[in-house]
Amino acid sequence: MSPVKTPLVKLSAIRKSFGPVEVLKGVDMAVEEGQVVAMIGRSGSGKSTLLRSINGLERIDGGVIEVDGECVDPGQIDLRALRQKVGMVFQQFNLFPHLTAGENVMLALKVVKKQDKATTRAAAEAALAKVGLGHKFDAYPSQLSGGQQQRVAIARSLAMAPKVLLCDEITSALDPELVAEVLGVVRKLAEEGMTLILVTHEMRFAREVCDRLVFMHGGRIAEQGPPAELFDRPSTPELAQFIGMVEAR
Amino acid sequence: MLNFTLWDILSNLLLAARWTVLLSLIAFVSGGVAGLLLLVARVSPVPPLRVAARLFIEVFQGTPLLMQLFIVFFALPLIGIETSAWTSAAVGLTLFTAAYLAEIWRGCVEAVPKGQWEASASLAMTFPEQMRHVILPQALRIAVPPTVGFSVQVVKGTAVTSIIGFVEVTKAGTMITNATFQPFLVYGLVGLIYFALCYPLSLSAKALERKLNVAR
Repeated sequence: MSPVKTPLVKLSAIRKSFGPVEVLKGVDMAVEEGQVVAMIGRSGSGKSTLLRSINGLERIDGGVIEVDGECVDPGQIDLRALRQKVGMVFQQFNLFPHLTAGENVMLALKVVKKQDKATTRAAAEAALAKVGLGHKFDAYPSQLSGGQQQRVAIARSLAMAPKVLLCDEITSALDPELVAEVLGVVRKLAEEGMTLILVTHEMRFAREVCDRLVFMHGGRIAEQGPPAELFDRPSTPELAQFIGMVEAR
Repeated sequence: MLNFTLWDILSNLLLAARWTVLLSLIAFVSGGVAGLLLLVARVSPVPPLRVAARLFIEVFQGTPLLMQLFIVFFALPLIGIETSAWTSAAVGLTLFTAAYLAEIWRGCVEAVPKGQWEASASLAMTFPEQMRHVILPQALRIAVPPTVGFSVQVVKGTAVTSIIGFVEVTKAGTMITNATFQPFLVYGLVGLIYFALCYPLSLSAKALERKLNVAR
Protein backbone atom coordinates (compact mmCIF):
# COMPACT_ATOMS: atom_id res chain seq x y z
CA MET A 1 0.00 0.00 0.00
CA SER A 2 1.65 3.17 -1.13
CA PRO A 3 0.59 6.29 0.77
CA VAL A 4 -0.22 8.31 -2.39
CA LYS A 5 -2.75 5.81 -3.67
CA THR A 6 -6.28 7.15 -3.27
CA PRO A 7 -8.84 4.61 -2.19
CA LEU A 8 -11.47 3.43 -4.68
CA VAL A 9 -14.28 3.89 -2.18
CA LYS A 10 -14.00 6.55 0.46
CA LEU A 11 -16.66 7.25 3.07
CA SER A 12 -16.21 10.32 5.26
CA ALA A 13 -18.30 11.09 8.33
CA ILE A 14 -21.44 9.37 7.02
CA ARG A 15 -24.54 10.15 9.05
CA LYS A 16 -28.01 8.76 8.59
CA SER A 17 -31.13 8.85 10.72
CA PHE A 18 -34.46 7.10 10.33
CA GLY A 19 -36.76 9.51 12.14
CA PRO A 20 -35.39 10.01 15.62
CA VAL A 21 -33.08 7.00 15.40
CA GLU A 22 -29.54 7.72 14.29
CA VAL A 23 -28.33 4.55 12.58
CA LEU A 24 -25.02 5.86 11.25
CA LYS A 25 -23.14 8.17 13.58
CA GLY A 26 -20.29 9.46 11.46
CA VAL A 27 -18.67 6.50 9.74
CA ASP A 28 -15.30 6.76 7.98
CA MET A 29 -14.15 3.94 5.80
CA ALA A 30 -11.86 3.46 2.82
CA VAL A 31 -11.62 0.53 0.45
CA GLU A 32 -8.79 0.16 -2.01
CA GLU A 33 -9.03 -1.35 -5.43
CA GLY A 34 -9.03 -5.14 -5.32
CA GLN A 35 -9.80 -5.32 -1.63
CA VAL A 36 -12.47 -7.63 -0.27
CA VAL A 37 -14.12 -6.18 2.80
CA ALA A 38 -16.79 -7.85 4.92
CA MET A 39 -19.01 -5.90 7.25
CA ILE A 40 -20.30 -7.82 10.20
CA GLY A 41 -22.34 -6.93 13.23
CA ARG A 42 -25.67 -7.48 14.86
CA SER A 43 -28.86 -6.58 13.07
CA GLY A 44 -29.54 -2.91 13.62
CA SER A 45 -25.85 -2.06 13.81
CA GLY A 46 -26.11 -0.05 10.58
CA LYS A 47 -24.09 -2.30 8.28
CA SER A 48 -26.78 -2.74 5.63
CA THR A 49 -27.67 0.95 5.72
CA LEU A 50 -24.02 1.85 5.24
CA LEU A 51 -23.71 -0.53 2.30
CA ARG A 52 -26.89 0.78 0.69
CA SER A 53 -25.72 4.36 1.04
CA ILE A 54 -22.67 3.63 -1.12
CA ASN A 55 -24.80 3.54 -4.28
CA GLY A 56 -27.34 6.05 -3.07
CA LEU A 57 -30.19 3.65 -2.26
CA GLU A 58 -30.21 5.28 1.16
CA ARG A 59 -30.02 9.05 1.13
CA ILE A 60 -27.39 10.11 3.65
CA ASP A 61 -27.94 13.03 6.02
CA GLY A 62 -24.32 14.04 6.29
CA GLY A 63 -20.84 13.21 5.02
CA VAL A 64 -19.42 12.44 1.61
CA ILE A 65 -19.13 9.23 -0.37
CA GLU A 66 -16.59 9.03 -3.16
CA VAL A 67 -16.29 6.14 -5.58
CA ASP A 68 -13.60 6.38 -8.22
CA GLY A 69 -14.00 10.14 -8.54
CA GLU A 70 -17.81 10.18 -8.38
CA CYS A 71 -19.26 11.88 -5.33
CA VAL A 72 -22.46 11.47 -3.37
CA ASP A 73 -23.37 14.01 -0.75
CA PRO A 74 -26.71 14.67 0.94
CA GLY A 75 -27.83 17.20 -1.68
CA GLN A 76 -26.94 15.23 -4.75
CA ILE A 77 -29.70 13.75 -6.83
CA ASP A 78 -28.14 12.53 -10.07
CA LEU A 79 -26.58 9.19 -9.24
CA ARG A 80 -26.32 7.76 -12.74
CA ALA A 81 -22.55 8.08 -13.12
CA LEU A 82 -21.88 6.67 -9.67
CA ARG A 83 -24.27 3.75 -10.09
CA GLN A 84 -22.53 2.66 -13.27
CA LYS A 85 -19.41 2.15 -11.19
CA VAL A 86 -21.11 0.41 -8.26
CA GLY A 87 -22.89 -2.91 -8.73
CA MET A 88 -25.23 -4.33 -6.13
CA VAL A 89 -26.56 -7.77 -5.32
CA PHE A 90 -29.49 -8.13 -2.92
CA GLN A 91 -30.64 -10.65 -0.36
CA GLN A 92 -33.88 -11.24 -2.28
CA PHE A 93 -32.19 -11.47 -5.74
CA ASN A 94 -34.67 -8.94 -7.22
CA LEU A 95 -34.48 -10.37 -10.70
CA PHE A 96 -37.01 -8.93 -13.14
CA PRO A 97 -39.62 -11.73 -13.27
CA HIS A 98 -41.00 -10.78 -16.68
CA LEU A 99 -37.61 -11.17 -18.37
CA THR A 100 -35.45 -14.22 -19.00
CA ALA A 101 -32.05 -14.60 -17.33
CA GLY A 102 -30.37 -13.31 -20.48
CA GLU A 103 -32.75 -10.36 -20.78
CA ASN A 104 -32.22 -9.52 -17.13
CA VAL A 105 -28.50 -9.18 -17.82
CA MET A 106 -28.96 -7.34 -21.12
CA LEU A 107 -31.55 -4.77 -20.04
CA ALA A 108 -29.28 -2.18 -18.44
CA LEU A 109 -26.58 -2.70 -21.06
CA LYS A 110 -29.12 -1.77 -23.69
CA VAL A 111 -30.97 0.97 -21.81
CA VAL A 112 -28.20 2.57 -19.76
CA LYS A 113 -25.03 1.85 -21.70
CA LYS A 114 -26.78 2.08 -25.10
CA GLN A 115 -24.83 -0.87 -26.46
CA ASP A 116 -26.01 -2.50 -29.66
CA LYS A 117 -27.78 -5.84 -29.74
CA ALA A 118 -24.80 -8.01 -30.65
CA THR A 119 -22.57 -6.47 -27.98
CA THR A 120 -25.15 -6.82 -25.22
CA ARG A 121 -25.89 -10.39 -26.23
CA ALA A 122 -22.21 -11.33 -26.14
CA ALA A 123 -21.68 -9.55 -22.82
CA ALA A 124 -24.71 -11.27 -21.28
CA GLU A 125 -23.60 -14.68 -22.49
CA ALA A 126 -20.12 -14.09 -21.08
CA ALA A 127 -21.50 -12.88 -17.74
CA LEU A 128 -23.85 -15.85 -17.39
CA ALA A 129 -21.09 -18.26 -18.39
CA LYS A 130 -18.90 -16.75 -15.70
CA VAL A 131 -21.40 -17.66 -13.00
CA GLY A 132 -21.86 -21.10 -14.53
CA LEU A 133 -25.28 -20.45 -16.05
CA GLY A 134 -24.50 -20.07 -19.73
CA HIS A 135 -27.11 -22.74 -20.49
CA LYS A 136 -29.89 -20.86 -18.65
CA PHE A 137 -29.95 -17.82 -20.93
CA ASP A 138 -33.59 -18.30 -21.91
CA ALA A 139 -34.93 -19.44 -18.55
CA TYR A 140 -37.26 -17.20 -16.57
CA PRO A 141 -36.39 -16.48 -12.92
CA SER A 142 -39.35 -18.60 -11.75
CA GLN A 143 -37.77 -21.60 -13.47
CA LEU A 144 -34.49 -21.24 -11.57
CA SER A 145 -33.49 -22.28 -8.05
CA GLY A 146 -32.67 -19.60 -5.49
CA GLY A 147 -28.96 -20.17 -5.93
CA GLN A 148 -29.25 -19.90 -9.70
CA GLN A 149 -31.33 -16.73 -9.41
CA GLN A 150 -28.72 -15.15 -7.18
CA ARG A 151 -25.97 -16.09 -9.63
CA VAL A 152 -27.97 -14.45 -12.45
CA ALA A 153 -28.26 -11.35 -10.24
CA ILE A 154 -24.48 -11.37 -9.82
CA ALA A 155 -24.04 -11.75 -13.59
CA ARG A 156 -26.45 -8.86 -14.15
CA SER A 157 -24.32 -6.60 -11.98
CA LEU A 158 -21.02 -7.80 -13.39
CA ALA A 159 -22.08 -7.22 -17.00
CA MET A 160 -22.19 -3.49 -16.24
CA ALA A 161 -18.44 -3.71 -15.50
CA PRO A 162 -18.64 -2.03 -12.09
CA LYS A 163 -15.55 -0.91 -10.18
CA VAL A 164 -16.93 -2.30 -6.97
CA LEU A 165 -19.62 -4.84 -6.16
CA LEU A 166 -21.79 -4.48 -3.06
CA CYS A 167 -23.30 -7.68 -1.68
CA ASP A 168 -26.09 -7.29 0.85
CA GLU A 169 -26.50 -10.60 2.73
CA ILE A 170 -26.68 -12.39 -0.57
CA THR A 171 -26.90 -15.89 0.89
CA SER A 172 -29.35 -15.17 3.71
CA ALA A 173 -32.46 -16.03 1.68
CA LEU A 174 -31.00 -19.27 0.32
CA ASP A 175 -31.54 -22.83 1.43
CA PRO A 176 -28.37 -24.10 3.12
CA GLU A 177 -27.44 -26.45 0.28
CA LEU A 178 -27.51 -23.55 -2.21
CA VAL A 179 -25.24 -21.21 -0.26
CA ALA A 180 -22.02 -22.80 -1.47
CA GLU A 181 -22.63 -22.25 -5.19
CA VAL A 182 -23.18 -18.52 -4.64
CA LEU A 183 -20.22 -18.14 -2.30
CA GLY A 184 -18.13 -20.04 -4.86
CA VAL A 185 -18.88 -17.36 -7.44
CA VAL A 186 -18.00 -14.59 -4.98
CA ARG A 187 -14.78 -16.34 -4.05
CA LYS A 188 -13.83 -16.55 -7.71
CA LEU A 189 -14.51 -12.84 -8.17
CA ALA A 190 -12.32 -12.07 -5.15
CA GLU A 191 -9.51 -14.14 -6.59
CA GLU A 192 -9.79 -12.27 -9.88
CA GLY A 193 -9.21 -9.00 -8.09
CA MET A 194 -12.76 -7.61 -8.00
CA THR A 195 -13.30 -5.01 -5.30
CA LEU A 196 -16.03 -6.37 -3.03
CA ILE A 197 -17.86 -5.01 -0.03
CA LEU A 198 -20.05 -7.61 1.62
CA VAL A 199 -22.50 -7.59 4.45
CA THR A 200 -22.54 -11.18 5.58
CA HIS A 201 -23.31 -13.64 8.32
CA GLU A 202 -21.08 -16.30 6.80
CA MET A 203 -18.20 -15.95 9.24
CA ARG A 204 -16.11 -18.77 7.90
CA PHE A 205 -16.37 -17.37 4.38
CA ALA A 206 -15.47 -13.89 5.65
CA ARG A 207 -12.46 -15.29 7.42
CA GLU A 208 -11.21 -17.21 4.40
CA VAL A 209 -11.87 -14.75 1.60
CA CYS A 210 -11.75 -11.22 3.01
CA ASP A 211 -8.75 -8.95 3.34
CA ARG A 212 -10.43 -6.94 6.00
CA LEU A 213 -13.27 -7.32 8.44
CA VAL A 214 -15.29 -4.34 9.61
CA PHE A 215 -17.25 -4.82 12.81
CA MET A 216 -20.11 -2.37 13.16
CA HIS A 217 -21.74 -1.64 16.46
CA GLY A 218 -24.29 1.02 17.33
CA GLY A 219 -23.90 2.99 14.09
CA ARG A 220 -20.13 3.15 14.26
CA ILE A 221 -17.20 1.02 13.16
CA ALA A 222 -16.20 -0.53 16.45
CA GLU A 223 -13.24 -2.43 15.14
CA GLN A 224 -11.61 -3.39 11.85
CA GLY A 225 -8.61 -5.30 10.59
CA PRO A 226 -7.49 -8.59 9.06
CA PRO A 227 -10.06 -11.34 9.79
CA ALA A 228 -7.67 -13.64 11.64
CA GLU A 229 -6.64 -10.87 13.99
CA LEU A 230 -10.20 -9.81 14.74
CA PHE A 231 -11.46 -13.33 15.26
CA ASP A 232 -8.58 -14.45 17.43
CA ARG A 233 -7.92 -11.27 19.38
CA PRO A 234 -11.01 -9.06 19.44
CA SER A 235 -10.13 -5.88 21.28
CA THR A 236 -13.65 -4.74 22.14
CA PRO A 237 -15.99 -6.70 24.41
CA GLU A 238 -18.79 -6.18 21.84
CA LEU A 239 -16.88 -8.03 19.14
CA ALA A 240 -15.81 -10.76 21.55
CA GLN A 241 -19.44 -11.25 22.48
CA PHE A 242 -20.57 -11.17 18.82
CA ILE A 243 -18.00 -13.79 17.82
CA GLY A 244 -19.03 -15.90 20.78
CA MET A 245 -22.61 -15.72 19.64
CA VAL A 246 -22.03 -16.67 16.03
CA GLU A 247 -19.58 -19.43 16.85
CA ALA A 248 -21.98 -20.92 19.34
CA ARG A 249 -24.51 -21.40 16.53
CA MET B 1 -102.33 10.17 -32.48
CA LEU B 2 -99.42 8.40 -34.01
CA ASN B 3 -98.78 4.77 -33.21
CA PHE B 4 -95.31 3.45 -32.62
CA THR B 5 -94.36 -0.18 -33.08
CA LEU B 6 -91.85 -1.85 -30.81
CA TRP B 7 -89.43 -1.86 -33.71
CA ASP B 8 -89.81 1.89 -34.17
CA ILE B 9 -88.81 2.42 -30.56
CA LEU B 10 -86.01 -0.12 -30.50
CA SER B 11 -84.45 0.96 -33.78
CA ASN B 12 -84.30 4.57 -32.65
CA LEU B 13 -82.78 3.54 -29.34
CA LEU B 14 -80.19 1.43 -31.10
CA LEU B 15 -79.28 4.29 -33.38
CA ALA B 16 -78.72 6.46 -30.33
CA ALA B 17 -76.77 3.64 -28.65
CA ARG B 18 -74.10 4.13 -31.31
CA TRP B 19 -73.31 7.44 -29.65
CA THR B 20 -73.17 5.79 -26.24
CA VAL B 21 -70.65 3.31 -27.59
CA LEU B 22 -68.63 5.95 -29.42
CA LEU B 23 -68.55 8.27 -26.41
CA SER B 24 -67.52 5.36 -24.17
CA LEU B 25 -64.70 4.45 -26.53
CA ILE B 26 -63.43 8.02 -26.79
CA ALA B 27 -63.61 8.53 -23.05
CA PHE B 28 -61.91 5.22 -22.35
CA VAL B 29 -59.09 5.60 -24.87
CA SER B 30 -58.28 9.26 -24.29
CA GLY B 31 -58.92 8.83 -20.57
CA GLY B 32 -56.50 5.92 -20.64
CA VAL B 33 -53.78 7.99 -22.28
CA ALA B 34 -54.37 10.92 -19.91
CA GLY B 35 -54.55 8.47 -17.00
CA LEU B 36 -51.16 7.03 -17.91
CA LEU B 37 -49.58 10.49 -17.91
CA LEU B 38 -51.32 11.22 -14.62
CA LEU B 39 -50.06 7.95 -13.16
CA VAL B 40 -46.47 8.71 -14.12
CA ALA B 41 -46.77 12.14 -12.51
CA ARG B 42 -48.42 10.59 -9.45
CA VAL B 43 -45.54 8.16 -8.75
CA SER B 44 -42.70 10.33 -10.10
CA PRO B 45 -39.79 11.42 -7.91
CA VAL B 46 -40.65 15.10 -8.55
CA PRO B 47 -42.76 16.42 -5.61
CA PRO B 48 -44.66 19.21 -7.47
CA LEU B 49 -45.77 16.73 -10.16
CA ARG B 50 -46.90 14.27 -7.51
CA VAL B 51 -48.90 16.93 -5.67
CA ALA B 52 -50.53 18.25 -8.85
CA ALA B 53 -51.54 14.77 -10.00
CA ARG B 54 -52.88 13.91 -6.59
CA LEU B 55 -54.91 17.10 -6.44
CA PHE B 56 -56.43 16.41 -9.86
CA ILE B 57 -57.34 12.85 -8.85
CA GLU B 58 -58.83 13.93 -5.51
CA VAL B 59 -60.97 16.63 -7.15
CA PHE B 60 -62.38 14.31 -9.80
CA GLN B 61 -62.94 11.46 -7.37
CA GLY B 62 -64.43 13.75 -4.75
CA THR B 63 -67.10 15.44 -6.89
CA PRO B 64 -70.09 14.03 -8.84
CA LEU B 65 -69.59 13.34 -12.53
CA LEU B 66 -72.71 15.40 -13.25
CA MET B 67 -71.16 18.46 -11.63
CA GLN B 68 -67.95 17.94 -13.60
CA LEU B 69 -69.98 17.87 -16.82
CA PHE B 70 -71.86 21.04 -15.81
CA ILE B 71 -68.58 22.80 -15.18
CA VAL B 72 -67.11 21.77 -18.52
CA PHE B 73 -70.36 22.61 -20.34
CA PHE B 74 -71.14 25.94 -18.68
CA ALA B 75 -67.77 27.21 -17.54
CA LEU B 76 -65.76 26.80 -20.73
CA PRO B 77 -67.98 29.22 -22.71
CA LEU B 78 -67.49 31.78 -19.92
CA ILE B 79 -63.76 31.86 -20.64
CA GLY B 80 -64.41 32.10 -24.35
CA ILE B 81 -64.28 28.46 -25.41
CA GLU B 82 -67.44 27.49 -27.26
CA THR B 83 -68.39 23.90 -26.60
CA SER B 84 -71.02 21.60 -27.98
CA ALA B 85 -72.71 18.95 -25.86
CA TRP B 86 -70.55 16.42 -27.72
CA THR B 87 -67.24 18.07 -26.82
CA SER B 88 -68.27 18.74 -23.25
CA ALA B 89 -69.36 15.15 -22.79
CA ALA B 90 -66.15 13.81 -24.29
CA VAL B 91 -63.89 16.15 -22.31
CA GLY B 92 -65.78 15.66 -19.04
CA LEU B 93 -65.81 11.87 -19.27
CA THR B 94 -62.16 11.78 -20.35
CA LEU B 95 -61.05 13.72 -17.28
CA PHE B 96 -63.24 11.55 -15.04
CA THR B 97 -61.88 8.34 -16.56
CA ALA B 98 -58.28 9.58 -16.38
CA ALA B 99 -58.57 10.32 -12.66
CA TYR B 100 -60.00 6.90 -11.82
CA LEU B 101 -57.68 4.91 -14.07
CA ALA B 102 -54.63 6.74 -12.69
CA GLU B 103 -55.64 5.77 -9.18
CA ILE B 104 -56.41 2.16 -10.12
CA TRP B 105 -53.06 1.87 -11.87
CA ARG B 106 -51.20 3.50 -9.00
CA GLY B 107 -52.34 0.61 -6.84
CA CYS B 108 -50.94 -1.78 -9.45
CA VAL B 109 -47.59 0.05 -9.58
CA GLU B 110 -47.36 -0.06 -5.81
CA ALA B 111 -48.02 -3.79 -5.88
CA VAL B 112 -44.69 -4.26 -7.69
CA PRO B 113 -42.14 -5.13 -4.98
CA LYS B 114 -39.78 -2.37 -3.80
CA GLY B 115 -36.83 -4.59 -4.67
CA GLN B 116 -37.63 -4.13 -8.35
CA TRP B 117 -37.16 -0.37 -7.99
CA GLU B 118 -33.95 -0.87 -6.04
CA ALA B 119 -32.46 -3.39 -8.44
CA SER B 120 -33.19 -1.24 -11.48
CA ALA B 121 -31.91 1.88 -9.70
CA SER B 122 -28.71 0.02 -8.84
CA LEU B 123 -28.25 -0.69 -12.53
CA ALA B 124 -28.17 3.11 -13.07
CA MET B 125 -31.58 3.24 -14.73
CA THR B 126 -33.45 6.55 -14.54
CA PHE B 127 -37.06 6.87 -13.40
CA PRO B 128 -38.53 6.81 -16.94
CA GLU B 129 -36.37 3.78 -17.81
CA GLN B 130 -37.42 1.98 -14.64
CA MET B 131 -41.08 2.66 -15.39
CA ARG B 132 -40.86 1.68 -19.03
CA HIS B 133 -38.80 -1.49 -18.74
CA VAL B 134 -39.27 -2.85 -15.23
CA ILE B 135 -42.29 -1.48 -13.36
CA LEU B 136 -45.04 -0.95 -15.95
CA PRO B 137 -44.65 -4.35 -17.66
CA GLN B 138 -45.20 -6.00 -14.27
CA ALA B 139 -47.96 -3.59 -13.18
CA LEU B 140 -49.78 -4.16 -16.48
CA ARG B 141 -50.48 -7.81 -15.69
CA ILE B 142 -52.18 -6.83 -12.46
CA ALA B 143 -53.92 -3.85 -14.05
CA VAL B 144 -55.84 -5.54 -16.85
CA PRO B 145 -58.81 -7.00 -14.90
CA PRO B 146 -59.62 -3.87 -12.83
CA THR B 147 -59.18 -1.69 -15.93
CA VAL B 148 -61.64 -3.71 -17.97
CA GLY B 149 -63.92 -3.73 -14.93
CA PHE B 150 -63.77 0.05 -14.77
CA SER B 151 -64.78 0.36 -18.42
CA VAL B 152 -68.26 -0.69 -17.22
CA GLN B 153 -68.35 2.46 -15.09
CA VAL B 154 -67.44 4.54 -18.14
CA VAL B 155 -70.27 3.08 -20.22
CA LYS B 156 -72.76 3.75 -17.43
CA GLY B 157 -71.25 7.20 -16.89
CA THR B 158 -72.23 8.22 -20.41
CA ALA B 159 -75.89 8.20 -19.28
CA VAL B 160 -75.22 11.32 -17.22
CA THR B 161 -74.26 13.27 -20.34
CA SER B 162 -77.94 13.20 -21.35
CA ILE B 163 -78.47 15.99 -18.84
CA ILE B 164 -76.27 18.42 -20.76
CA GLY B 165 -78.22 17.56 -23.90
CA PHE B 166 -76.01 14.96 -25.53
CA VAL B 167 -78.24 12.52 -27.37
CA GLU B 168 -77.07 9.07 -26.41
CA VAL B 169 -79.30 6.16 -25.51
CA THR B 170 -80.72 7.58 -22.26
CA LYS B 171 -81.54 10.95 -23.80
CA ALA B 172 -83.09 9.22 -26.79
CA GLY B 173 -85.17 7.18 -24.36
CA THR B 174 -86.48 10.35 -22.73
CA MET B 175 -87.34 11.85 -26.11
CA ILE B 176 -89.11 8.70 -27.28
CA THR B 177 -91.01 8.48 -23.98
CA ASN B 178 -92.26 12.02 -24.54
CA ALA B 179 -93.67 10.94 -27.87
CA THR B 180 -94.97 7.47 -27.00
CA PHE B 181 -96.01 7.83 -23.35
CA GLN B 182 -94.64 4.37 -22.67
CA PRO B 183 -91.88 5.05 -20.11
CA PHE B 184 -91.75 1.56 -18.69
CA LEU B 185 -91.28 -0.07 -22.10
CA VAL B 186 -88.81 2.53 -23.35
CA TYR B 187 -86.63 2.73 -20.24
CA GLY B 188 -86.81 -1.03 -19.91
CA LEU B 189 -85.30 -1.31 -23.39
CA VAL B 190 -82.69 1.35 -22.53
CA GLY B 191 -81.73 -0.68 -19.49
CA LEU B 192 -81.41 -3.83 -21.57
CA ILE B 193 -79.15 -2.05 -24.03
CA TYR B 194 -76.85 -0.92 -21.19
CA PHE B 195 -76.83 -4.42 -19.80
CA ALA B 196 -75.96 -5.87 -23.20
CA LEU B 197 -73.01 -3.48 -23.40
CA CYS B 198 -71.76 -3.91 -19.84
CA TYR B 199 -72.29 -7.57 -19.07
CA PRO B 200 -69.76 -8.86 -21.64
CA LEU B 201 -67.22 -6.39 -20.22
CA SER B 202 -67.79 -7.69 -16.68
CA LEU B 203 -67.50 -11.25 -17.89
CA SER B 204 -64.26 -10.60 -19.72
CA ALA B 205 -62.83 -8.82 -16.66
CA LYS B 206 -63.54 -11.94 -14.62
CA ALA B 207 -62.10 -14.22 -17.28
CA LEU B 208 -58.94 -12.11 -17.54
CA GLU B 209 -58.54 -12.15 -13.78
CA ARG B 210 -58.68 -15.93 -13.73
CA LYS B 211 -56.31 -16.23 -16.67
CA LEU B 212 -53.69 -13.83 -15.31
CA ASN B 213 -53.83 -15.45 -11.88
CA VAL B 214 -53.14 -18.85 -13.36
CA ALA B 215 -50.26 -17.53 -15.47
CA ARG B 216 -48.39 -16.33 -12.41
